[in-house]
Amino acid sequence: MAAKRVDPAANAAAFIDQDDIHEPAHDRNLWAARMKRDAAAKAIPEWEDLRTIASLIKEHTLTHLDKYLEQFEANAIKRGAKVYWARDAAEHNQHVWNILNERKISSIIKSKSMLQEECGMTQFLETRGITVTESDLGERIQQLDNQPPSHIVMPAIHKTAADIAQIFSKAIGTDPNNTDPHYLNEAMRQDARKRFLEAGAGMTGANFAIAETGTFVVCTNEGNADIGAAVPRVHIASIGIEKILPKVEDLGVFIRLLSRSALGTLATQYTSHFSGPRKGGELHIIITDNGRSKRLGMDDFWHSLKCIRCGACMNTCPVYRRSGGLSYGATYSGPIGIILDPTFDESKYSELPYHSTLCGSCTEVCPVKIDISDQILRWRKVMAEKKFLPISRRLAFSAAGKIFERPNLFHGAETAASAALKITPHFLLYNRALNPWGRHRELPHFAKQTFREWFIQNKQQNQEDKQQP
Amino acid sequence: MNPREQIFDAVRNHLPAEKIDYPQIPVFQKTITELLPAFEERLLDAGATFFLPKDLREAQFLLEQQFGEASVICSATPDIKGNRDIRQVKNPHELADVDVGVIRARFGVAENGMVWLTEEDLVVNALGFLSQHLVILLKPTELVADMYDAYVKVSLEDTAYGCFMMGPSATADIGAVLVHGAQGARSLSVYLV
Repeated sequence: MAAKRVDPAANAAAFIDQDDIHEPAHDRNLWAARMKRDAAAKAIPEWEDLRTIASLIKEHTLTHLDKYLEQFEANAIKRGAKVYWARDAAEHNQHVWNILNERKISSIIKSKSMLQEECGMTQFLETRGITVTESDLGERIQQLDNQPPSHIVMPAIHKTAADIAQIFSKAIGTDPNNTDPHYLNEAMRQDARKRFLEAGAGMTGANFAIAETGTFVVCTNEGNADIGAAVPRVHIASIGIEKILPKVEDLGVFIRLLSRSALGTLATQYTSHFSGPRKGGELHIIITDNGRSKRLGMDDFWHSLKCIRCGACMNTCPVYRRSGGLSYGATYSGPIGIILDPTFDESKYSELPYHSTLCGSCTEVCPVKIDISDQILRWRKVMAEKKFLPISRRLAFSAAGKIFERPNLFHGAETAASAALKITPHFLLYNRALNPWGRHRELPHFAKQTFREWFIQNKQQNQEDKQQP
Repeated sequence: MNPREQIFDAVRNHLPAEKIDYPQIPVFQKTITELLPAFEERLLDAGATFFLPKDLREAQFLLEQQFGEASVICSATPDIKGNRDIRQVKNPHELADVDVGVIRARFGVAENGMVWLTEEDLVVNALGFLSQHLVILLKPTELVADMYDAYVKVSLEDTAYGCFMMGPSATADIGAVLVHGAQGARSLSVYLV
């Protein structure tokens, strides 16, 4: 049975309509991150060169991916890691389960990994009796609220401190009326500490994997990935095949770009390099495809594999900021989500490419220069060709086609639209159900004359002028 | 074919036709000339503090002043004495009650206030993450300007674990408010000695 189609506009409407607090706070916080990003970028004279170099390194690696994957694998094994290959989510999850089951491990602590989200790993393990605890604070909040992360680097950014106080009071018995972030953080630190010490394995993702040394790099601000890797005896890392970089020196470029793009900070507090198991520990690396090799073969879309998951495109996106990440109904939200999600399920995510103004801001901030807004437009074409367009829009577009075919009809419609907008400006374009993220935005005033009327009048005027001696 | 071969097959069959060359990474003009003041400033930005003890004796005294209340001090460097011998630690869980961990870093990065710690410096990796507070010793001459220079120095071939640590543990996951001491160290003090 086909998965139900996600309706991001309706979801966004629900987010905006819940009250007057959430959406403005969300918008404000993400825009602040965007402004900090701009300041951090401006402070580096070679910023634009770095973006170009990072883009080329990624394109070079992806166009020679087989070679670099072999190199990474050989070096990781040489360093003492055990390497597994997973074609899809099911194989990935099975590897994790086998590793845990063979060692009779019943509880794990994990740091943030979009790949593990993609694989639905937590649910898979929980149905097999494994206790899974998210160690990133934002991810833990989302886990306790039974929601996926709404943002790649700020998983609970759509929630207020008051929401979190409610969730923590139910889960760990904090005071529901105390919304002080310091108090709430301290309570969760105490609760998580026990779980770190009880866990039989720590799981991480990876931001980068270095072919020449078999190293992978994990970036966090909380140090949670490092505790998970340093305390339990077993460390399992899930790495997508597109995470490879050729050389250690490449990190000089990518680490400078990553956190500046994400949050406008100079780096994450912890940038950790794992090359083989720690003393007395085991290291398992699961290299996972899950649709990436197929994406590599898509002429129009393979550049999306360059993504380093910084979230800059989300922070800058006017639609994302007003909609909230959960409205995309997918693992990846925001502009990058629009171009990644349909590669997993075209029908389910066929509406996502329309959840954009095509303003191009995402493309401008992307640290690896992915042509995100162009890809969004190309996905619209794919969806139209496959007749995934919702009925309302198919009718609107075909009506537009008929009008443009017949100029006289267009002139009539132009004048009529101008007249209609004077009366009900919000109804036509910023319709509640159609474009909820456009609400509160006023339309520009229509000119009293249409261009055609102005042109004809001026033409007559000009002719009259010329006729005068 | 096993899954590994199938993935390699799929990758090879889908490789883009146009091959992109590896780019030249130019040597960029250094913007930081005075490394130590820049490093100190960035440490403060990252939420760390720094001290300039004259010698190791003064550093030891400073530690006792700064953490007079601490009951467990575990030092991974012979330069500072604690009361928990890290060389005797068999299992990382034994470090769960450490109040202050003391580690000597290999070098610092002026661009952002990072210090580079390896498994050999930590002795037991968990010391860097289970300790409530961290004191990092660093020779003030052991600084590089930026991340380009830093990655020339890391030598990942020689260690199973290396971490660039930039101040204490931090989060802004609740209401976008910055809080220190999320999961790792609550504070990080650098003793430049």
